[in-house]
Amino acid sequence: MIYLDHNATTPLHPRVLDAMLPYLRERFGNPSSPYRLGREAYAAVNRARRRIAEFLGAMPDEIVFTSGGTEADNLALRGVTRALFKSGNHLVTSTIEHHAVLKTFGDLEALGHRVTYLPVDPHGIVDAAALRDSLAPETILVSVMLANNETGVIQPVDEIVAIARERGVLVHTDAVQAAGKLSLRLHALGVDLASFSAHKICGPKGVGALYVRRGTPLAPLFTGGSHEDGTRAGTENVAGIVGFAEALAVACEAQDEQIARLGRLRDTLEGEIRARLDDVIVNGGQAPRVANTSNISFKGVEGESIVLQLDLAGIFVSTGSACTTGDPEPSHVLLGMGVDPLAAKGAIRFSLGPTTTNEDVAFTAPRVVDAVRRLRALSSLGERL
Amino acid sequence: MDEETSASRSEEDPAQSQEGIDSFDPMSGPMLFYNDRVIDHFTNPRNVGDLSEGAAIGFGLVGDPRCGDQTKLWIEVSSGRIARVRFRSFGCPGAIATSSMLTVLAEGRTIEEARAITDDDVIEALGGIPARKKHCSLLGVQALRAAIDDHEKRSSAAREDPA
Repeated sequence: MIYLDHNATTPLHPRVLDAMLPYLRERFGNPSSPYRLGREAYAAVNRARRRIAEFLGAMPDEIVFTSGGTEADNLALRGVTRALFKSGNHLVTSTIEHHAVLKTFGDLEALGHRVTYLPVDPHGIVDAAALRDSLAPETILVSVMLANNETGVIQPVDEIVAIARERGVLVHTDAVQAAGKLSLRLHALGVDLASFSAHKICGPKGVGALYVRRGTPLAPLFTGGSHEDGTRAGTENVAGIVGFAEALAVACEAQDEQIARLGRLRDTLEGEIRARLDDVIVNGGQAPRVANTSNISFKGVEGESIVLQLDLAGIFVSTGSACTTGDPEPSHVLLGMGVDPLAAKGAIRFSLGPTTTNEDVAFTAPRVVDAVRRLRALSSLGERL
Repeated sequence: MDEETSASRSEEDPAQSQEGIDSFDPMSGPMLFYNDRVIDHFTNPRNVGDLSEGAAIGFGLVGDPRCGDQTKLWIEVSSGRIARVRFRSFGCPGAIATSSMLTVLAEGRTIEEARAITDDDVIEALGGIPARKKHCSLLGVQALRAAIDDHEKRSSAAREDPA
């Protein structure tokens, strides 16, 4: 099995599992309980919080644990709009956000908020300058992702922050695909909120975090106990939180080496494919990208057919984000970049990870070439290429 | 690796084929899921290609690739029967497999029999396809009917203008 879909999810790192197991076994206490078993769990959660804050360049009390990236996005967007509903109802985002952000904004629109969607250029980079024109006195929040999940293209969040700051507008960034792939110093970056997910960095599924800069107004999504300082009620996922911290530690320790290694592997994969096939486009290939992601359009074939043929060869890749695979519509990210709809339908995302080897890439490239050649040979679009 | 993959698929398959066509709906989640027969027709599609122009030929084109799948289909009619049929598809595995199976069902049939083939016939012959992919099976059927119409138009034109 060759797994090249690390932007969908990642295998649990053995060190992460080891760190988690005691909290699934003997140290099963509720962090809110006053006796020793509970205090142990409480201490473990706070130790994890301190570690995560340190790795992200933030303070421990700025880390709110959630059930994952989607909840972190929802908490940020809904929490701010609710807390600031008296200050304004205008929100800004981009056309290439993850559905956890886009669909939340869609819902907020249905609830009466006005949302501006910033365009992206053909390289997949959000037009930060367009933000300046979109800002209005009633603008309260801008949300632009740090790295795109489909193309890996790194977004100019620092510019977004600079423009928003001048006007006193809060900035949220979905950093789910950036963690472990970019050096992150949240205080230096200057965002007010940032979403993270553990399972994208070899941590467990079902846990994530929202960074909330001190003083940022935020209403909770969940009410109940006073967990997470009242921002997120619900008994903490202790083992998951411990695993999340360990995963981030593993990712950060090896980060520079992995970025260099995965970048080389990604370039090899793209090079081998482009050398043997015509009419291949690397979407976002001219932009700064995180090192592990490659989004390639193969004209004349449909992405899902490539996915199945590679699946039969034991190689797992995706047509876009896992959440939209099976959707007959081409990727909103690629269409937003102005990619031709036919090329968008023939797009495959390869996302490498810490366990990806040279051999994996050497095995994959010729099989991708074979799949595309075979499908092109039977495609009704042959002569249009 | 390959053995593992095919072994796990064939393990899953008996259960699939026992289920009725309508109850076969493994697509509740966003995943690819096809039975062995569909995989076979996707991997080794029958009757791929095209037929050169001629009075005995009919051509059908269905689907806009910009918003969906596309199938081109050619028939060669001899003594009122479909002697040869060829297709090309741009599409998902479902579109390729159903178009392939359709050509198998159509070959050797009379024009009337071929016109009567429905998408349900194709799905049944494949032992079911994911519900989300059901619309794909229409592509080949519609292309075949278009090819039959085209052939009839050509042959009546040839009758009217034998020169």
